[in-house]
Amino acid sequence: MATGHDVTGVHLALSKNAATHRTGARGCCTKEDAHDARRAADVLGIPFYVWDMAERFHEDVIEDFVAEYAAGRTPNPCLRCNEKIKFAAVLDRALALGFDAVVTGHHARLGADGLLRRSVDLAKDQSYVLAVLNAEQLRHSMFPLGDSTKEQVRAEAHARGLAVADKPDSHDICFIADGDTQGFLRKHLGSEPGDIVDAGTGEVLGKHDGAFAYTVGQRKGLALGRPAPDGRPRYVLSITPVTNTVTVGPAEALEVSQVDGTRTVWIAGEPPVGPIECEVQLRAHGRPAPAVVELGGSAMSARLRRPERGIAAGQAVVAYRPDPAGDIVLGSATITAAS
Amino acid sequence: MAYLDHAATTPMLPEALDAYVATAREVGNASSLHGAGRAARRRVEESRERIAAVLGARPSEVIFTGGGTESDNLAIKGVYWSRRPEGRTKVLVGAVEHHAVLDAVHWLGEHEGADVVSLPVDHEGRVRPEALAEALDDTVALVTVMWANNEVGTVQPIAELAALAAARGVPLHTDAVQAVGQVPVDYAASGVAALTVTGHKLGGPLGVGALVLGRDVACTPLLHGGGQERDVRSGTLDVPGIVSFAVAVEHAVKHQEQHAQRLAALRDELIERVRAVVPDAVLNGAPTDQPGARLPGNAHFGFPGCEGDALLLLLDAQDIAVSTGSACSAGVAQPSHVLLQMGADPLAARSSLRFTLGHTTTRADLDALITALPAAVDRARRAGMSR
Repeated sequence: MATGHDVTGVHLALSKNAATHRTGARGCCTKEDAHDARRAADVLGIPFYVWDMAERFHEDVIEDFVAEYAAGRTPNPCLRCNEKIKFAAVLDRALALGFDAVVTGHHARLGADGLLRRSVDLAKDQSYVLAVLNAEQLRHSMFPLGDSTKEQVRAEAHARGLAVADKPDSHDICFIADGDTQGFLRKHLGSEPGDIVDAGTGEVLGKHDGAFAYTVGQRKGLALGRPAPDGRPRYVLSITPVTNTVTVGPAEALEVSQVDGTRTVWIAGEPPVGPIECEVQLRAHGRPAPAVVELGGSAMSARLRRPERGIAAGQAVVAYRPDPAGDIVLGSATITAAS
Repeated sequence: MAYLDHAATTPMLPEALDAYVATAREVGNASSLHGAGRAARRRVEESRERIAAVLGARPSEVIFTGGGTESDNLAIKGVYWSRRPEGRTKVLVGAVEHHAVLDAVHWLGEHEGADVVSLPVDHEGRVRPEALAEALDDTVALVTVMWANNEVGTVQPIAELAALAAARGVPLHTDAVQAVGQVPVDYAASGVAALTVTGHKLGGPLGVGALVLGRDVACTPLLHGGGQERDVRSGTLDVPGIVSFAVAVEHAVKHQEQHAQRLAALRDELIERVRAVVPDAVLNGAPTDQPGARLPGNAHFGFPGCEGDALLLLLDAQDIAVSTGSACSAGVAQPSHVLLQMGADPLAARSSLRFTLGHTTTRADLDALITALPAAVDRARRAGMSR
């Protein structure tokens, strides 16, 4: 608006049975959140509508989330929501209705050069969950908050009299209101007891109620009952849905130096031919790691300059080019394997 | 702005607004015993008499409430509770009722042991009297069927339905909030036991209405307290609201015929012009050439391939106010239960738009709509139907 755009507010109804009040999670699906959004639109003096995307969200995000866990992977639903809902279903509808772009409050920068960069507020940077967007989607996207820190955004909201200025940040998975991901998965996948196996000896160390409840790199909640012979903690190394087995081992066995991905999206210009030096980020809020990235069709591989731990299939590998004006997102892929 | 959503709420009549402001300047609780209280009480009673006179009721039958939803809840729950001890636990409800009725009835079903029976409608939205005759028996506590539908404007054969119910000793409640001032409404002549009317649909203020309730109809109160209204409804009376409401009801009923003629002419023109610019638009509800079958200010269209929500947004952007006519929870539109009950498929139910005319509507409003509509329909059609 301040930049001369004609703005319309849209709140997405993503839950078929929206909780009336906040229920633990500070998500985005409660009626109270819809109310907050409406009040913000009132104060800004822009039209406001609720778009019902519950069915699409259920199919493309929630069912995908459950299926990914069932397949032994660790999905990132925010990433999927951006790819399939916010910058697909919503964007398509908006363009058809005559709007030019979808504007969200993601902390990332998208300049006139069409390059997606990390937010100036590195602690709040969300370029990782936007890296699945292709160039066409980005052409119709705007992220006005990327040039500001969260503190500045809150100050601006205060100055404009928006009641959400002090609203807590959202952290949890919005469709798991109580934050109990394992309970959610158990409800959807049922319990399926299986073995927890030592990676070195093949010995069965304990039982689990469902392999889906485990994530590579997880240490807590294994309940093995007896310590490893060397007395060191054990971590989940891999999950094998076919045999319903969770394999555990020492921390160093988590180290990987090669990450393979599929469903590559390359944002920054033509996909490179041959290996390129860059940085990769392997999980939301993960630190960047120097790597050599190579593309082959829809596949991406990253050789890490130094080993990383706890890399889970289903997460995204996002390639960045370090840049003084903000690291540039080159592209992304979904991790299939790490070794 | 072109305001074509008078069924949602219509602007206050100037005389009703003047009456409100004049009365609001004065102090007085109608239950107080001193002069100021007596003056307030007198205004309330005069208002009651004015309303009763034009609605064909006795003054003692007019119970002031906080509006349509409260009147509906009072009639349905109150009559049900009063008759349940006699073993009458069945509630017969029209299939296309407003949520103020439907939800109250279903609440009785879920929490108070009521046996809810839905009375089906034909493809124009009319309750079939045979269906009522079939469903009536000695276990029925009450029947509730609206006088006219808020979405598609279909007028129900209320007198016929009320006679069927009365013959079996069953009271019939009717929600007439859309009907008063649009079609002739006479409480006594209709034979209904209870009738809901509200201020803001006919040029009166928001938040005030009445339940016209026969003296002999037992009704358990919802609100307990001072017993101000015949011991059926408690709460300090909203004197300026009631005075203004009475002015509006009197005006609306006295001018009903000419008002309806003017609206029907404008509405017919609107329908013709909509069809001219969007030839495949489908008019839902009762035909307009059958006298008394449809509210004169209602035009309700299906626009095949368009989402009603999308059309609303696009017209709103041109400052044209219309409605999808469907119930709204947190702003999320559900396919209209009215259209579904009339036999529409869910896709068609989501592609509809309601235009409702009122006392401030002019041809210029129609011009604005017809100018904006073709492009909006084109655009909405390109956006298609989202899942």
